[in-house]
Amino acid sequence: MALTIETTCIAPRPTPDAVGERDAIHLVRPAAFLAVAEPNAAVTYEPPIRLLAGPSPRAGSEPFAQHLERLGGLPPGSRRGDLISTLEASGLLGRGGAGFPVGRKWRSVAERADSRAVVVVNGAEGEPGSVKDRALMTLRPHLVIDGAILAAGAVGAQEIVVYIGEEHGNARAAMGRAIEERAREIARPIRIVAAPEGYVSGEASAAVHYINIGDARPTTTPPRTSESGVRGRPTLVQNVESLAYAALIARYGDSWYRSVGQAETPGTALLTIGGAAEKSGVCEIELGLTVGEVADLTGATESGTRAVLLGGYFGSWAGVGESWDLPLDPAIMRARDLAFGCGIVSFLPAATCGVSATAEIMAYMAAESAGQCGPCVFGLRAIAETTTRLAAGSPATGDLDNIERWSDQIPGRGACRHPDGAVELMTSALNVFGDEFAHHERAGRCSITGAQVQVA
Amino acid sequence: MAPELRVDWIRCDGYGLCGDLLPELIGLDDWRYPIMAPGGVPRDLLDMAQRAVDCCPMKALRLEATSTRRSTKTPARSGRRPGG
Repeated sequence: MALTIETTCIAPRPTPDAVGERDAIHLVRPAAFLAVAEPNAAVTYEPPIRLLAGPSPRAGSEPFAQHLERLGGLPPGSRRGDLISTLEASGLLGRGGAGFPVGRKWRSVAERADSRAVVVVNGAEGEPGSVKDRALMTLRPHLVIDGAILAAGAVGAQEIVVYIGEEHGNARAAMGRAIEERAREIARPIRIVAAPEGYVSGEASAAVHYINIGDARPTTTPPRTSESGVRGRPTLVQNVESLAYAALIARYGDSWYRSVGQAETPGTALLTIGGAAEKSGVCEIELGLTVGEVADLTGATESGTRAVLLGGYFGSWAGVGESWDLPLDPAIMRARDLAFGCGIVSFLPAATCGVSATAEIMAYMAAESAGQCGPCVFGLRAIAETTTRLAAGSPATGDLDNIERWSDQIPGRGACRHPDGAVELMTSALNVFGDEFAHHERAGRCSITGAQVQVA
Repeated sequence: MAPELRVDWIRCDGYGLCGDLLPELIGLDDWRYPIMAPGGVPRDLLDMAQRAVDCCPMKALRLEATSTRRSTKTPARSGRRPGG
């Protein structure tokens, strides 16, 4: 899996089974991010490592015995206290992208569960350019399973479904082995379901829909999955990184969690670094580190970067000037109309055309529509075709005006938020690459490469 | 509180009759899918709103009493991403 981008594309789609153990090792290669960091004069900051603490990623999946030795077993049910309150006090936010408070989500399921709920462990990870979930499942499967067991106990679930992208073969294998190692302890039915490849497969209602009837398209809400999910039962759909963190908070408490990071959004988080960085891959940072500091750690430079993609295809472009001092802190980012999302930080190389990079992303997002809602099907397709035409240097009259109009009209008009995320990215592109878009429309040429652009 | 018009986007097929019948509250996009004006239905338009609901060939339009549950018009940047 090559996360390094050399041409016009910012974040190549993962090829099937892109992140095997071998690749996961490669992905977490940056020594500075590991608990046992190798001395490196260039690195002055050593972030606290929590989720990826433990053996070197080169060792592959951490076996159960080693996991137990390092972290100890889970607190017994009778001594877990009120885990939901602890999670609420911790301030842990979901890591799938939406950033919803984890404690509050568990409580909303627990209140309806009556001991018949279902927990869905969400490792679909369909976002192009994100690999942190499959890396975590591959390297620390037992931490994820810890979280699933705790969640099932806390919300009152009888069953656990582990939902992993079908293309993430090694993560599935690692989770499968880990489940076998702990079959007796899990004490309730648990099964792995392979999520079909696709951007929206991991959306909560799509995951439940697939588990129920094999159709990974979102459904109309309400009802929410917390009300009626797998087989109509209250269902907790939670991202694997969130569950892994819950397992650490259950052991060490909420004040431990809050002891690093920012006051409003404490803790550490996994990032996927891509683009013009020497070390692309997965790393763990303390929340609040700035984009520039992450660039220093990963070998990206301000002069070598044209813009930064934050939060992935569902996120936003940010100019180098506005982003370099930006703390990677979900609260601050939200206040600036940016999104932490699922932790993607991708550096668009300086000599790259932002219009072309955006056209590629919009074409992908249009193609990944589940095809159910008109504004998404027709609106995203129109935006993608028009952006591609602009990028190729053959604009038609009114192209930019049309893109802006459609982008304003689309949000809030779909069963899920796929179209909303896509047009937010589009809108950010018009802000960050505004001059470039205008030049493409006016001159039919690219101001970056100076030549007519070819888009594959 | 005034009742609100809601669209089931999976059902809606873009016939656009609702927009033709109730242009005061429902615009249409380039593909004749509805664009709802924010807020509830004023009393003097309730009859026409009900007519728009009844005329929808896909039964995709509903007139609902306003409740506290999640609005479809969620503010940008919250609950925003497929991926859980």
